[in-house]
Amino acid sequence: MDLYEYQAKELFGRHGIPVPQGRVAETPEQAREIAAELGAPVVIKAQVKTGGRGKAGGIRAAAGPAAAEQEAAHVIGMDIKGHIANRVLVETATVPFEEYYAAFLVDRAEGGFLAMVSSQGGMEIEELAATDPGAIVRLPIDPVAGVDAGTARLLTEKAGLPEAAAEVLERLWKLMAAEDALLVEVNPLICTTDQRIMALDGKVTLDDNAGFRHERPGEERTGSLEDRARAKGLNYVKLDGSVGVIGNGAGLVMSTLDVVAGAGADPANFLDIGGGASAQVMADGLEIILADPDVKSVLVNVFGGITACDAVANGIVTALGLLGERGHSRPIVVRLDGNNAEVGRRILSDARHPVVRQVSTMDGAAEMAARLAAGA
Amino acid sequence: MAIFLTKDSRVLVQGMTGAEGSRHTARMLAAGTEVVAGVTPGKGGRSVDFGERAVPVFGSVAEAMAQTGADVSVVFVPPRFTLSAVQEAVSAAVPLCVVITEGVPVHDAIRLRAAAAAGQTRIIGPNCPGLISPGQSSAGIIPADITSSGRIGLVSKSGTLTYQLMYELRDLGFSTAVGIGGDPVIGTTHIDCLRAFQDDPGTDAIVMIGEIGGDAEERAAAYIAANVTKPVVAYVAGFTAPEGKTMGHAGAIVSGSSGTAQAKKEALEAVGVRVGRTPSETARLMRSALGRAAA
Repeated sequence: MDLYEYQAKELFGRHGIPVPQGRVAETPEQAREIAAELGAPVVIKAQVKTGGRGKAGGIRAAAGPAAAEQEAAHVIGMDIKGHIANRVLVETATVPFEEYYAAFLVDRAEGGFLAMVSSQGGMEIEELAATDPGAIVRLPIDPVAGVDAGTARLLTEKAGLPEAAAEVLERLWKLMAAEDALLVEVNPLICTTDQRIMALDGKVTLDDNAGFRHERPGEERTGSLEDRARAKGLNYVKLDGSVGVIGNGAGLVMSTLDVVAGAGADPANFLDIGGGASAQVMADGLEIILADPDVKSVLVNVFGGITACDAVANGIVTALGLLGERGHSRPIVVRLDGNNAEVGRRILSDARHPVVRQVSTMDGAAEMAARLAAGA
Repeated sequence: MAIFLTKDSRVLVQGMTGAEGSRHTARMLAAGTEVVAGVTPGKGGRSVDFGERAVPVFGSVAEAMAQTGADVSVVFVPPRFTLSAVQEAVSAAVPLCVVITEGVPVHDAIRLRAAAAAGQTRIIGPNCPGLISPGQSSAGIIPADITSSGRIGLVSKSGTLTYQLMYELRDLGFSTAVGIGGDPVIGTTHIDCLRAFQDDPGTDAIVMIGEIGGDAEERAAAYIAANVTKPVVAYVAGFTAPEGKTMGHAGAIVSGSSGTAQAKKEALEAVGVRVGRTPSETARLMRSALGRAAA
């Protein structure tokens, strides 16, 4: 889970990492109140989980409460690369003397942790890595020993940061370890004119798998299909096309999307019912997909490993029974192979449901689903 | 022949007394696997009846190994106990530890990898279907009846795509199929398996299945160019996956320009690996690499 900047900064505060004073506002009036409390020039920052806020006009300076209200009114509701800013962070304006970059992250290739520190903060790190890779100090972090005072000092020395930054690095690592974060990035980490080190921005990604040992901020519910699917424990991602796709296993479903695209249609979604899915899970999945008005045909592609194809077939029959009463008539192409495939195929043929067509191969099923979506 | 797992492998199951553990132990036994022990802390001294065979339960991995000569561990314990279960297996120096558990925190995966690097244990997974040497042994949850034994080696990030390819090439058969898992941090990589298949006299050709995210396939391509002389055929899933969205596997996320399916395909083709557009086409490419017509 990616955190908003204000959530990341709350975490920073809890772990003793200095951040500018500020609070989050959902209305221009709240922004005004916060600015009045802070009693100094403030910055209004759009809270969206994407980069490039500044360029999009989502970060604005305000000299006082009235200006804060005005600027917040501009920013709240703003669409930044498809992300709507429902909140703004109102912070005391801080003038950096110097800007640095600091991050801890999971290094997939090495299967470990990595520190990245640079004295050239402020710009996009990908850009810096491309134009001046030598400016970024990279250091693998031992998962057991972590970042102690010595390691933190080594990082600041190598990267050319003031010694005072070492303590902040140590605390950033403690946050990384204690919160099961996959990424803790501060860009810029600043040194003020009075020599204080402060995190001016914050990007934190928490590991969803570690939720069982942490209290985590709740995911926002927007009533979207993705939210409804999540509530049913389904792994669903909405896409832009017209062929609904259900399958078992992330790899097979991704592959099915590709095969649908290869057949000349655009997939409407990714939906993985996972291993060992029951009839109920299949029925839930079908219901979610058919709730998408863009879906013109559905492709069910299951290779039964642990998942039994008879359960999948029963799920389809159950779902169609429920949905039929609501006048559903979009075609469903089914391909079943593997565990109990013959029983599953027989259940579907015996049901003789008018919208269900069975095809024996993945490629053939995708072609038919694509044709049906095109209205042929 | 095979890699990592043979008919002589003696398998213990950590978490055998749980629902998943006992269900899959029964399936492993049915596939001909020598399952010799279960391990559940605090439940030593019992045994679990699997019809034809009762499998003894021990309180620790070390004890199970000492009593039964087990040399492979398959881990079915829940995510919150996985790190300590694997640490125990590594301390007992079991040569192969296969972690089936889904949902292991990435920090734990990094720690168990570090533990393995300091010890003598090869870890496969976490969040993987395990591996099978058809006709010999199965350590994990790969169905045994969808393919046959043969001379193709397979390594894959995805479980069901492994099954799909095993099924499409069931007439030719496999020496070993390894599901390495789709998590961001895993114990055994494509390269580890490529190396083992290259060295295995029982393997003539290799199928490699990758998916979006990370640069494991690009690294594998470089390894193949320098070290692999056997024919390799590949498949990459996720050409249509949108940037920045997680597609089920925690590792399957494209950020920025690296990690795309297209970049992986190009890297593999640049070193002479033929990459199928679909699983079926990948199977056909393997047949032509081996000079065998479709069944």
